[in-house]
Amino acid sequence: MTSVSQCFEQLRDHARCALIPFITAGDPDLGTTAEALRVLDRSGADLIELGVPYSDPLADGPVIQAAATRSLHQGTRLDDVLRLLKEVTPDLRSPIVLFMYYNPILNRGIERFLQELSEAGVKGLVVPDLPLEEADALLTPAQKHGIELILLVAPTSPPERIAAIAQRSQGFIYLVSTTGVTGMRSQMQTRVKDLLLELRQVTDKPIGVGFGISHPDQARQVMEWGADGVIVGSAFVKRLSEGTPNEGLAAIAQFCQSLRSAIAVE
Amino acid sequence: MTTTPLSPNQNRVSSENRPDALGRFGKFGGKYVPETLMPALTELELAYQHYSQDPSFQAELGGLLRDYVGRPSPLYFAERLTAHYARPDGTGAQIYLKREDLNHTGAHKINNAIAQALLAKRMGKPRIIAETGAGQHGVATATVCARFGIQCVIYMGVHDMERQALNVFRMRLMGAEVCPVESGTGTLKDATSEAIRDWVTNVETTHYILGSVAGPHPYPMIVRDFHAMIGAETRAQCQEKWGGLPDILLACVGGGSNAMGLFHEFMGEATVRLIGVEAAGHGVETAKHAATLTKGRVGVLHGAMSYLLQDEEGQVIEPHSISAGLDYPGVGPEHSYLMETARAEYYAVTDEQALTAFQRLSQLEGIIPALETAHAIAYLDTLCPQLTGSPRIVINCSGRGDKDVLSVSRLLES
Repeated sequence: MTSVSQCFEQLRDHARCALIPFITAGDPDLGTTAEALRVLDRSGADLIELGVPYSDPLADGPVIQAAATRSLHQGTRLDDVLRLLKEVTPDLRSPIVLFMYYNPILNRGIERFLQELSEAGVKGLVVPDLPLEEADALLTPAQKHGIELILLVAPTSPPERIAAIAQRSQGFIYLVSTTGVTGMRSQMQTRVKDLLLELRQVTDKPIGVGFGISHPDQARQVMEWGADGVIVGSAFVKRLSEGTPNEGLAAIAQFCQSLRSAIAVE
Repeated sequence: MTTTPLSPNQNRVSSENRPDALGRFGKFGGKYVPETLMPALTELELAYQHYSQDPSFQAELGGLLRDYVGRPSPLYFAERLTAHYARPDGTGAQIYLKREDLNHTGAHKINNAIAQALLAKRMGKPRIIAETGAGQHGVATATVCARFGIQCVIYMGVHDMERQALNVFRMRLMGAEVCPVESGTGTLKDATSEAIRDWVTNVETTHYILGSVAGPHPYPMIVRDFHAMIGAETRAQCQEKWGGLPDILLACVGGGSNAMGLFHEFMGEATVRLIGVEAAGHGVETAKHAATLTKGRVGVLHGAMSYLLQDEEGQVIEPHSISAGLDYPGVGPEHSYLMETARAEYYAVTDEQALTAFQRLSQLEGIIPALETAHAIAYLDTLCPQLTGSPRIVINCSGRGDKDVLSVSRLLES
């Protein structure tokens, strides 16, 4: 199965910008999550980010916080999420990247966690509360298990940090587009453009931009600024949670396609 | 007594240098925060290093601590409380109270709030945010923001706003915006998460005055140092009163700022026992408590590795305590370190024991303690019978109980 890096290489060969939707595992229920992964996979997604619900998601805005809370109230457990992934990933084209806070990982035991992740077919990992200084605990062991640990760069990161993060990040570099938590915003900050340029000067690794992208126009904008991938989270989570599960699935399929065509190569 | 220097490290007996350069106390501490905040933490650390050596900053802070806060706070011999625990032969613990409750705004919290506000001013941050549980840190922050004319936003859980309504009014009266936090159980943990989210969003214009020795480095160090005058004054006052050291220091521990403020000065004094008292809520054998060190496991919350109340999935457990200020599932990383190295001891007392102590101190000394403080007082029931001779105990009387009288009166009626 394709790794995150390989996926980006293939896309690059076709000059294609990666579409990376995000959904929260277990919202509204795990059955719908499994179906949503398949729907996204055939509606134009290149990679899929799956959020594991956590009690204290301090990098997340209201939409994803609420989804995590609903999921936890449903009784979603990490074991269930991993079992689901083991079942679904063989059917998917898109590599799965897990978005997960550090405490549940630490609680599981790093080695055991990575082993289970690998067995479940997960290819990448984003840990929003694990900055470069603390990432050593995961970087090396993750590599051993064939999991790429994707590090984040923020608008506030100074040049020397940007270079250091770019150097250590695996799979791609996650550029946070805004100072703030996840969530939908009406406008992309133009400094994303400068950050992309700055990153490009220090790395040839792929760059995915996320946090705040919710419209096809914004996705296109970010692609035109030079991003190798766009990550869209809250806008998917919101659509999936509205109405019945089937209505939600139809809504994310349509939204995914509209994003796909917005960033299609002409 | 002259004003205590800002950085008492210079005169310390102990040569230990904690935290290390990475913000670690042993394995505890660190910086587990979103990347967006990392530069702000570095900026804060550099500013702190700079201004803690800056004579004009120290002079301004020293002046405010003296004239505005009312420092030094007295060390008071609690004669009738001592008599209550005396043995028939007249021996028994000699109990002293370090009267942080007499500070402006009624708790130790102002020591840190005023120092951090000064730091924010020098760093050119026009906006200040803070989280609060009992409301004491929120009130202290609102107070210093009013004093310096800085915009102030306080995050407070909805449940805490209800049980600490008086403090909500005080904050608003002084011009702070109090933002209700409804997520989770609407208590301190949730308020802290929301304050961090605000900080991530507005980090370029905003300083976050974290109110405990918790959170990412450098907060556990800065907050401890800004409260370290509690212990430094205590040392001088003990010297003055009996020409020696105290035998036992006793303080309540939620996040643990008042305890660290008292303990820090005595860390290198091997004869001084350090005891922290956590909130056992309905009892540590039940699911409803906030006794992190007693019952938790190592984890990461709000930027630091420390002991944490969590379930088998690593999800953070909602704690319970009658005291809003102790109702927190984490604890400052240095406390975890002090427990693991056995330098300090930690015990827990229940809501009921705290309520009894609340009334006892009121009746025996005419001092109504905060419910948080009442936990430290309550541990005397367990501690005193174990002691021999007449050791001198200093309890950090960390706050006064005005804010609690309404909720306690309801509890006592029911």
